[in-house]
Amino acid sequence: MSDDLSEFHDVFFEEAEDLVETMEAELLELLNDASDPERINTIFRAAHSIKGGSATFGFAHIAGFTHVMETLMDEIREGSKTPTPDLVDLLLKSTDGVRAMIAAAKAKDSYDEAIIATLKSELEKRLGSGTDVPHTQDSPIPGAAKAASGTHWKIQFRPAADSFRTANDPLAILQELSKLGTLSSRALLDELPDLTQYRFDEQYLGWHLDLHTDCDEAAIHEIFDWLDETSVVAIERVTDASMAAGQSTAVATPVPVAQPAPALIAATIVAEAAAEPQTAPSAPSPIVSPVQDSAPARKNTDPDAKAKSSQNTSIRVGTEKIDKLINLVGELVITQSMLTEEGEKLPAELAESLKEGLAQLQRYTRELQESVMQIRMVPISTVFNRMPRMIHDLSAKLGKKVDLKMVGEQTELDKTVMESIGDPLNHLVRNAVDHGIEMPDVRREKGKSETGEILLSACHESGNIVIQITDNGGGINRDKVLAKGRAAGLVGADEILADAAIYDLLFQPGFSTADQVSDVSGRGVGMDVVRRNIQALGGSVEVSSIYGEGSIFTIRLPLTLAIVDGQIVKLGQHVFVIPLISIVESIQLDRKQVSSLAARGELYRLRDEYIPIVRLSQLFSLSDPSNQEQLMVVVESDQGKVGLLVDDLLAQQQVVIKSMESNFRKVDGIAGATILGNGRVALIMDINGVAALARTSRNGFGQAA
Amino acid sequence: MSNLAISQKLQAGIESQSAGNQYLTFMLAGEEYGIDILRVREIKGLENATQIPNTPPHVLGVINLRGNVIPVVDLRLRFGMERVEYNQLTVVIVVRAQCADRERTIGLVVDTVSDVYNIQSEGVHPSPDFGSAVDTSFVQGIASVDDKMVILLDIDKLVREEI
Repeated sequence: MSDDLSEFHDVFFEEAEDLVETMEAELLELLNDASDPERINTIFRAAHSIKGGSATFGFAHIAGFTHVMETLMDEIREGSKTPTPDLVDLLLKSTDGVRAMIAAAKAKDSYDEAIIATLKSELEKRLGSGTDVPHTQDSPIPGAAKAASGTHWKIQFRPAADSFRTANDPLAILQELSKLGTLSSRALLDELPDLTQYRFDEQYLGWHLDLHTDCDEAAIHEIFDWLDETSVVAIERVTDASMAAGQSTAVATPVPVAQPAPALIAATIVAEAAAEPQTAPSAPSPIVSPVQDSAPARKNTDPDAKAKSSQNTSIRVGTEKIDKLINLVGELVITQSMLTEEGEKLPAELAESLKEGLAQLQRYTRELQESVMQIRMVPISTVFNRMPRMIHDLSAKLGKKVDLKMVGEQTELDKTVMESIGDPLNHLVRNAVDHGIEMPDVRREKGKSETGEILLSACHESGNIVIQITDNGGGINRDKVLAKGRAAGLVGADEILADAAIYDLLFQPGFSTADQVSDVSGRGVGMDVVRRNIQALGGSVEVSSIYGEGSIFTIRLPLTLAIVDGQIVKLGQHVFVIPLISIVESIQLDRKQVSSLAARGELYRLRDEYIPIVRLSQLFSLSDPSNQEQLMVVVESDQGKVGLLVDDLLAQQQVVIKSMESNFRKVDGIAGATILGNGRVALIMDINGVAALARTSRNGFGQAA
Repeated sequence: MSNLAISQKLQAGIESQSAGNQYLTFMLAGEEYGIDILRVREIKGLENATQIPNTPPHVLGVINLRGNVIPVVDLRLRFGMERVEYNQLTVVIVVRAQCADRERTIGLVVDTVSDVYNIQSEGVHPSPDFGSAVDTSFVQGIASVDDKMVILLDIDKLVREEI
């Protein structure tokens, strides 16, 4: 059984991670507004779902832990506990614990049992009246009657028809019930259809169950909690007299009819095929109700219910499947452009319909590619939603008051870009809290509100996503940064810098202006890494600030890393792709405008600008160096404009980026490779990399040899 | 042996996973080298590779292997042997190597493929230490087959040094 389940583990982990995130987000909201009962219900439900899932998949430790959380949430829900910040903090820490356990289970690794045990005992201390209650089965479900020892219960149980498909195995429920006490059951076969209409994945059976147990009604309810609302469960307490009558008819005989699902009837459970309905006149009228009603407050707030309604519109798909699709479409684009190229060679009068077909193929291929790329687009909220927690913890630690606002969480970007932007963004937001926002008393002195504000926003802007982190904190002390830069030797003593250049110093390795080095930030590692990571994604980061009023960090990223609009250029026998976005203009080289500088570099005078020239065939040490170099492509790098000398401009086309690192390694000045229509590989230039290479290389902004 | 016969033998060798000790051998300047047959993905003809900027001469460039961009290394140049004109016997052996927790595919240009041998591990001798004169770090061992010497290469090490 456990072997069969293991293939579902990934699904469970994924769902559990989502649920932990939900819990965390709602807990944080709870701090701001504790009045909303929906919120508490959602948290309760999430804990409950994790508990159930982990129990099903054999992670008893997670189930045990979340059980305590769930019980505590239940007490809050009931109103017997108030969610004090203190308590919410503990619950937040517990979600971390759950997350750690899930991660450990996922990696088949061990987790820190001591921490979990401490958390668990902390949680247990809060249970009930605050005394140490190690484990409670007492469910505070309203109206639950405490059972006297040895009560008889009569249960009508008819699982929903789709129980098998929703993985609610009735057998498991019967087995759970049998653990509570002595169980006898009688199968109801009235809904069993004709064999010809029988569907193997449909659930037709119902049961009359007689349970003799010491447990109370809540314990029984808990077992049925797992079913969805279409399952019918009625639980009634039976007086001794009616029980005696019931037992007299409960003849224990094996089921003689064809069993549709033999596994349903366990050996421990005695099934009875007698068709006559059981009569128990003295029994109180059964409370027939969907299971959900056993916990009235849960109505309409069930995230599962929400998930169900959205299930129609979305499915979970492994990223590797999508990546494969994208690769295939990439191949298709290559084949298509190859065909188009071949088609061009044919005389128009001979191949008119072929050319029409090729044009159509091209259009559909483009559309297909765009649609496929769209699949990988996800809202940036996944990253943004991590921030409230971080800010909560951090501001508590630093004793600051910070209010976070988020705008444009639904802005979409490629999943791979999003995965890589998490850390840099985290770092910048951390910095904003640590260095940006002042302590409350400082803010008061300055006449600002004690609570600092951080605004996290995202929007699309011409094929890029722009993410801004704005704080209304202290801003950047321009002079201090400059002084530090001078002290660190990054700026010459009499060098005069523009504001942008001064702020840019913040991104230099080993630069920190924090007065004190804390364990939060300020060790001078980080900002350079942030910039490097963002640049590795083909993006940029810049900062602007008004001293005393706050700072804005702006990150610009391409929407996707998978395709790029490229200009194909020729250099001798070599072919390269220059990303179209970096190209400012391409001009015919006028030799008269070329002048050398200190015999080390060449500059090109373009209108009123001097642009450094890069001779690519030298810079790249290409064999068969080109000597035509008739054209100059002016590109915008992060170091300013640079002129790249090339022989010729070929086609402009969208190219699929393939990583050089997957089979080789990172190459300076090269962003990746692509496969052209003729099947050959062409390398895509990384313009910032080329500029950096030119600055450091002897062959860089060099004279022709 | 013809290329066709070798590819058939290669296929058989790859399919009989039990082998483990089967080696594909190839020639480089008259010396015979062997690599674990299970690492061989395919043998293909040499095609024009796209040169990669600022790489040593033995890295010929990258080629398109059914949509994957893989580097191609000339083993003659890699081992410091004399460069020769490529001819119709020159082939690229596409191998899979494990390095830095990832599997990488790389093409090795050799003079010609030679044969497929069964070599038992007890028949493999450790490679002699030439000190600094000859780099033997990627030699897994030396084996004799029919009185010939076959140098067995450690593909992982070889590829790791390229990347």
